[in-house]
Amino acid sequence: MKLLGGGIIIFFRPWGLSDLFGLPAEQGKSLPKDYNAFLSIGVDGTVSCFTGKVEMGQGIITSLAQMMADELNVPFEKVKMVMGDTDLCPWDQGTWGSLSTRVFGPYMRAAAAEARAVLLSLASVQLGLPVSQLEVNAGIISDTLDASHSVSYAQLTQGKKIEKYLDIKPSVEDYTRFACVGKSHKRSDAILKVTGEAKYTGDFRLPGMVFARILRPPSHGARLKTVDYSGAAQMEGVQVLREGDMVAVLHENRDKADQAMVKIKAEYTFNEMPVNDKTIFEWMLKADTEAEVLRQSGDLEAGRKLSVKIIESEFHDPYVAHAAIETHSALACFEGGKMTVWVSTQSPFGLQDSIARDLDLKPEKVRVITPFVGGGFGGKGAFRQGMEAAQLARMAGKPVMLVWTRDEEFFLDTFHPAGVVKIRSGTDAAGLIKLWDYHLYFAGPRGSETIYNVPHVRTTVYSRKKAAAAVHPFATGAWRAPNNNTNTFAREVQIDIMAAAAGIDPLEFRLKNLKDEKMIACLQAVARKFGYVTGTKGQGRGVGIAVGIDAGTWVAHMAEVKVDTLTGQVQVLRIACAQDMGLCVNPEGATIQMEGCITMGLGYALTEEVLFEGGDILNRGFDRYDIPRFSSLPEIETLILDRQDKAPQGGGEPAIVAIGAVIANAIYSASGARLYRMPMTPERVLQALGKG
Amino acid sequence: MEENISFYLNGKKTDVLIDPGQTLLWVLRNHFGLTGTKFGCGMGFCGSCTVLVDNEAERSCTLTIADVVDKHVVTIEGLAGEGKLHPVQKAFVEHDALQCGYCTPGMIMNATGLLLKNPAPTTEQIRLGMENNLCRCGAHVRIIEAVHTAAKEMEGGK
Repeated sequence: MKLLGGGIIIFFRPWGLSDLFGLPAEQGKSLPKDYNAFLSIGVDGTVSCFTGKVEMGQGIITSLAQMMADELNVPFEKVKMVMGDTDLCPWDQGTWGSLSTRVFGPYMRAAAAEARAVLLSLASVQLGLPVSQLEVNAGIISDTLDASHSVSYAQLTQGKKIEKYLDIKPSVEDYTRFACVGKSHKRSDAILKVTGEAKYTGDFRLPGMVFARILRPPSHGARLKTVDYSGAAQMEGVQVLREGDMVAVLHENRDKADQAMVKIKAEYTFNEMPVNDKTIFEWMLKADTEAEVLRQSGDLEAGRKLSVKIIESEFHDPYVAHAAIETHSALACFEGGKMTVWVSTQSPFGLQDSIARDLDLKPEKVRVITPFVGGGFGGKGAFRQGMEAAQLARMAGKPVMLVWTRDEEFFLDTFHPAGVVKIRSGTDAAGLIKLWDYHLYFAGPRGSETIYNVPHVRTTVYSRKKAAAAVHPFATGAWRAPNNNTNTFAREVQIDIMAAAAGIDPLEFRLKNLKDEKMIACLQAVARKFGYVTGTKGQGRGVGIAVGIDAGTWVAHMAEVKVDTLTGQVQVLRIACAQDMGLCVNPEGATIQMEGCITMGLGYALTEEVLFEGGDILNRGFDRYDIPRFSSLPEIETLILDRQDKAPQGGGEPAIVAIGAVIANAIYSASGARLYRMPMTPERVLQALGKG
Repeated sequence: MEENISFYLNGKKTDVLIDPGQTLLWVLRNHFGLTGTKFGCGMGFCGSCTVLVDNEAERSCTLTIADVVDKHVVTIEGLAGEGKLHPVQKAFVEHDALQCGYCTPGMIMNATGLLLKNPAPTTEQIRLGMENNLCRCGAHVRIIEAVHTAAKEMEGGK
């Protein structure tokens, strides 16, 4: 305990914010202990809520504010989110994994709970009343016996940081007392976004700013041999910068920078991997791998003996692009020894560290500011453009704006990795699954849980040996629910195959083999919502089912599709989804995420695939890489199970994981075509029908 | 070489001394600071840069400033009048018809162009009319509802 000049007593707490919720210690260690890092109260009573998370469409600008409003007991309208600024916000690992609500949320709530308790104790002194006789409503603390005795948060703090801490642990609000959480709120950023006022990275302007274009090799693995940039350098106002293999042109006018780029002549040496989008799966299976048994229970041989039907399948999932509509962008300014970078990234603190390391600056000399991000989906976890802009800004001595072209976006993306899944599974005479031998090659294990109640299980993951040559010809990374789409596709199609082989309705087969009550509830809920009737099909129509688990959330889907068996064309007519995500903070926001997941999922299921030859990406544009459009839309029905007494879970990714499988299974139901490879293009449907 | 270009920008007669070959998108964003019009692909495939040119929805990344001489160009910033949202903007807010918001100005301008031509479109006509505006977040279902709502309000205003 020590006394400061202002006469405010500071206690050192024996506990951290993480203790309130039993949160993982790693994050607890890195997030600040001081609740002031998470919020500040302005003179007008506005609560600024600080988070290292970014808003990229997922809606946490609204839902985190709802949580802060309830925990601090202030009106929702008074909460202002300050996001993704490394100078202002508490450290954060990055905005991914649907972690904002389920992991950051509890820390923020704990901070708000402590701030509320501190404010109550300050009010107690000021009003001369015991805390037990005080209540808070809309940021005003008043005497429960006489409401005219009151003081507001703003009066207590007078715009200053609260220099007081507690030595006893405050409790967070009980969910039954939430006024804001659990109710639908419209997006709080909507007005800014419909008027064009919302600022994204590319929208910032600084005096003396120039636009940069960087020379890219024609393919991954190609190295610059010779370069002649005299033509570009002769253009009025063009500055050419070179460092090692990086060649860039700068001009105050973007059109001119584009024109200068075309004038650069470069030759390359090529070192292509002998693989393309058709041979990649064989390439992976032949690669020098190391196997790791991820989970094992029972004994596979015993499972085999118990099985009367054994099914072996191999599933292929290709590389997929993120294709956010905002390309990777960054504006960097190096002034007075400090690097400031506005950037579209999901990882502002990661970029801060990387720039500090690369440019040999102290981390506090690097400020990363993340304005609105125009879509991330995992692809903006990578922040190469921020590093490039920072380097160019320092070389040029003026602010540099770098906005990747669509071509660069499709070339430099960290793609969803291709992968292979092999499953050998068996059922007994009663249709119970007894054997599940799962082999996963090069895709990550997220979503590879068996889910079903199987006594004899083994999951083996094959990845590149440390010393072995690279398998992916280019960078790969997280793509909305990383790898879960691959694993759920394989598992749920295999389940469908087993159900068909056992002659059991696929819904009944699943229910029969599930012990997981959350999943059973989701399946039953979606069946009711969808109006599922066993065996409905005909006229080229069919119904599919699939389930999945991601980010702590359980989902079950049903889809109806129409298959034209002459052309192989698949039309998805409707998709229903039931989701158990624990307490749902903003039902409207969560519903929008479910709709978004379902719509985006249509792409990887039906049309999206990165075509490549060695390190060259062949379909670098929206004319050749086909993302879902208005004409792709099915009717979408969503249902969120009422689980208010449970901790909130992830919402940005779960509803996408089963879309590939639910459509594959519906295609089978409609046409008898069994597909093992995404995307399920008309050609592949015809092939599966034996017409290819 | 720079030339004097005269056109109407958000209702105001505008003269600008500029290289006539410059892309309308970049002129709007960099010369006039109208950054609501977005760069998405630069080739007319995504619709993020959509503006109205003489009441037609056009891709500003495929036009030069010379292409709009004497024409009326309306950007997202010019759509709301006197602090009041345009019915299409209002409907997008009401339906939460956006997520990251990056495609939103282009969506709204395209929908406005569509409604100017066809004040009471069917769902099928909306889908067709919006087909080449891309949204990666998957706000499509709500955008269709928003266009219907805007159509009703604009009709009602007549």
